[in-house]
Amino acid sequence: MTTGTASRSPIFSASFGRRFAAVAVAIALAAGPSAAADAPRPLAPRSIMDTSVTWPSAAELIRGLTLRDYNTRVVVLGTTVLGAAAGVVGTFAYLRRRALVGDALAHATLPGVAAVFLIWGTRNLPALLAGAALTGVLGVLAMVALRHVPRIKEDAAIGIVLSVFFGAGMALFSIVQQQRTGREAGLANFIYGKAAALVQQDLSLISAAALLGIAGIALFYKEFRLVCFDPQFAAAAGWPVPAIDLLLMALVVLITVVALQAVGLILIVALLIIPAAAARFWTDRLAVMLALAGLFGALAGWTGATISALAPRLPTGAVIVLCAGILFGLSLLGAPQRGVVAALLRRVSLRRRVALQHLLRALAEQEERAGDGAALPWTDLLRARAWSAAALRRLLRRAQRAGLVPPRLAREGAGQIGVVRLTAAGRVQARRVLRNHRLWELFLIRQAHIAPSHVHRDADEIEHVLSPAIIAELERALAARDAIPRSPHANGAAP
Amino acid sequence: MNEPAPAQSAPARPRPTYADHPDHAPVSIHDMTVAYHRRPVLWDIDYVAPEGRLIGIVGPNGAGKSTLIRACLGLVPLASGSVRFYGRPYRRQRRAVGYVPQRESVDWDFPATALDVVTMGRYGRLPWCLPPRRRDREFARHCLDQLGMADFAQRQISRLSGGQQQRVFLARALAQEARVYFMDEPFAGVDAATESAIIELLRALRAQGRTALIVHHDLQSAPEYFDEIMLLNLRIIAAGPTREVFTPVNLQKTYGGRLTILEQAAEAVARGGSP
Repeated sequence: MTTGTASRSPIFSASFGRRFAAVAVAIALAAGPSAAADAPRPLAPRSIMDTSVTWPSAAELIRGLTLRDYNTRVVVLGTTVLGAAAGVVGTFAYLRRRALVGDALAHATLPGVAAVFLIWGTRNLPALLAGAALTGVLGVLAMVALRHVPRIKEDAAIGIVLSVFFGAGMALFSIVQQQRTGREAGLANFIYGKAAALVQQDLSLISAAALLGIAGIALFYKEFRLVCFDPQFAAAAGWPVPAIDLLLMALVVLITVVALQAVGLILIVALLIIPAAAARFWTDRLAVMLALAGLFGALAGWTGATISALAPRLPTGAVIVLCAGILFGLSLLGAPQRGVVAALLRRVSLRRRVALQHLLRALAEQEERAGDGAALPWTDLLRARAWSAAALRRLLRRAQRAGLVPPRLAREGAGQIGVVRLTAAGRVQARRVLRNHRLWELFLIRQAHIAPSHVHRDADEIEHVLSPAIIAELERALAARDAIPRSPHANGAAP
Repeated sequence: MNEPAPAQSAPARPRPTYADHPDHAPVSIHDMTVAYHRRPVLWDIDYVAPEGRLIGIVGPNGAGKSTLIRACLGLVPLASGSVRFYGRPYRRQRRAVGYVPQRESVDWDFPATALDVVTMGRYGRLPWCLPPRRRDREFARHCLDQLGMADFAQRQISRLSGGQQQRVFLARALAQEARVYFMDEPFAGVDAATESAIIELLRALRAQGRTALIVHHDLQSAPEYFDEIMLLNLRIIAAGPTREVFTPVNLQKTYGGRLTILEQAAEAVARGGSP
């Protein structure tokens, strides 16, 4: 297991890992975390089940936020680096639709941890993580194998592996707890995560794994991208798709294993998938998406660990995931192109433009029937479209503000019904709208061979998105340069 | 079909012996059978594709047209038989073979531009871990241009129309610079402009002596587009020059009861000019 030897090898020495971590999160530390001299009281919870929350004092708040405290510094740096690496590696897992596979393999690490402890009675971290990695990889291979069994679909394979491996882990775990040697206490942290327990050695391990994970993504960027987009084409072009998939899963295992302590196996999948899903809202470029996912993951890790350091009774893993969830929610709502709010605004604006064009066309057709300046009673307009009175009133107000109809409705006839007519500016625009509509109808009849009776509706649906370039093209095709073409269907006067 | 054919007898269709995968044939298929979960979907396929031709693979739904292509490319395992490209197995001829999968087979919401996708056609010529070079991207741009898509190089692929997406796939295959192409329903659901762009490309490929095997659905346009046609329905009903193969009798055999009156009428109209 690479991570096991990482802290001993000269390349991934503790100081190197520490320096990388500092660089990775761009936090300027005057010196690497030295002795714990300036740490009078570690901000660690006594037990994960201790749910009482104490609010931090102002002094503690400042100390936490400025990373003065040595333990806090290790924890925050550890989760930040972890978040960044999980975001980057998770992006490809997300694009390859391996979110649930990641979840299953995280659960499959538990029997490895418990078995190593049971057999050797060791709490040596690299040994435990090596066990976790081993059963995690076994879980992945089991899923791959199950998928080739007839009548077992992918979701079933994932469900089987997740539950069976996790069940095995829980069974072994209960045996461990019955031993009551006093040394098994920390094992629960692998399930729920306890970032506050991170020490310097863990930080080195996390940094080395993060470096390896990100380097793996950078190195195999081309291959991962090809397999994620079009695995069939990749296979036909001779790329060993299963091997590339396994490589990707190996990177996911690597990140998962070092994240076990900090986040816990239940919530790791969130750190892998949520930053990637959030990043997707902001960009259409894969490279940018990778960077953003790393940034979001780091941000979630940093804020989550800081908050949990300030309120030490909150489990760090959960807080980190909640922070990632908030980032996702903000992206979902606020992203400029793909966000929900932006989409809503676009739809509202299109609907308004369409309604206004319908109004103008109805008035233009009225003028066509009864001459310039002809007015259309408000009640006729209500009948013309499925407009409610309130909607029509709002629509008229918008037309008035744009100067397309007179600012006040004239009242005419016996019933003193409000009538609407066009202003000079409105007439110009209304005629353009009517002309586009008729051009489009003509095009549909002549070029697309649609029965005239169907044309009105089809033209209605599409004319509102016509660009000037398309209209110019239509004019050329139909040679109707200036005049408004006559309505092609019998009841052309109808709205 | 299954009895060993003695060398002296004159079979209806020349069957190559196992050793006889001719070197000059872009694709030669011998005795291919493909099965999904023990249910055979392709039986005893024997076929030698002539070079420099456009070859249509035509047959009803579920006839195994896509499976035939996928089996040739090693994407589904063969229950029996062998496929050779210019006399050599596929793993030694990958650069000679280009592939256009069905457009629906990928998620077009993937974060990539049209140029990114076309550049993937060059990946097969690059070693592991090395990114595409500038001249690969230049070539990809040139391929997009050949399909009239130069203006869309930087467009996110989800914002292309169906026909434009299909053209991106064809440009990617073009970027593979292959000698023989497999295309899975390139004409399915595309607009008229794309259809003519594709057929223009196919004819340009043929003019360069390259070969294309194209899964096709539309009986009406098939005789117009293809020099050779393979009528397929689990086995080869007939294969050869379009004029000889595309007969009402063969079509009836291929489609059986499934040839609707509509398709018969379309076929009659298509043949109306030249009985």
